[in-house]
Amino acid sequence: MKFAVVAFPGSNCEMDLVYAIEDVVKEQVELVPSTATDLSDYGAVLLPGGFSYGDYLRSGAIAQLAPIMPAVKRFAAAGKPVLGICNGFQILTEARLLPGSLQRNQESKFVCKVADLVVTNDQTRFTTDYQAQQTIQLPIAHGDGNYYCDPITLAELRKNNQIIFTYQNNPNGSVAAIAGISNRQGNVLGMMPHPERAVEAILGSTSGRELFSSLVNSVRKRGLIHE
Amino acid sequence: MYLAKIHVNYKRSILNPEAQAIQTALLRLGYQDVASVKLGKYFELKLTNSQSKEQAAKEVDEICDRLLANVNMESYHYQLEELVVAK
Repeated sequence: MKFAVVAFPGSNCEMDLVYAIEDVVKEQVELVPSTATDLSDYGAVLLPGGFSYGDYLRSGAIAQLAPIMPAVKRFAAAGKPVLGICNGFQILTEARLLPGSLQRNQESKFVCKVADLVVTNDQTRFTTDYQAQQTIQLPIAHGDGNYYCDPITLAELRKNNQIIFTYQNNPNGSVAAIAGISNRQGNVLGMMPHPERAVEAILGSTSGRELFSSLVNSVRKRGLIHE
Repeated sequence: MYLAKIHVNYKRSILNPEAQAIQTALLRLGYQDVASVKLGKYFELKLTNSQSKEQAAKEVDEICDRLLANVNMESYHYQLEELVVAK
């Protein structure tokens, strides 16, 4: 299958993602500029971390209006998988493809460390290769990672099993220690931790691999792509 | 032509660590009097095509909802001033 990694001006994790897909997951991947308008060739779309448009106004606020975004919305509406990591998560909330928003970390400082996460839902197409309640280690690196939603939205997220990852030790003040959520349909995932930085033992953790392998397996099973 | 003066602020339920840090700094400067600090954003937009105040208000509401404010965590208010265009 072929992955698309969308590069916005100010993205800075796009090559880490390309490397993880190409060299570790061993699948095809293309870097797609945010000025492109078509994603029909791809089986999955990945929005990388970074500081798109300098985080001007709010993180992800300008990127959600980039020329590629109508294609990302069509892709998501067609039920195909979209993964936003870190700034990609912020872009997905600003684009309202995911509920809630990411605000400044509670301690008002940039957090950069390896975080223990709990896989709270192993039934999504991004997490089938994990076990429910399994603890995994993924790096986090963000200043605006404090997930916020109102109590009604939180109840909805819980009811529909949309909370996919939580922090074992909440590093940023996120509501319900949320590290990653999906949309109601389960095909759009946003997460602050970086699975692409945890795909080789030399990097300290390989916990990120299963996320990509789950995704590849699910796309193959659903026959969403032409090989 | 109208000038929109727009304030975007965090909702009361939203923690603002930046404002808290500023308050701490003010206390350090000796201003024990400062009981709270709010920090928001201020925008000035010149609207050239709005024919009426109502039309301008409708446009500003839309602009705030779609871009300037994230209604999940921010609220906004604004004033509109009619600008006299020099002939």
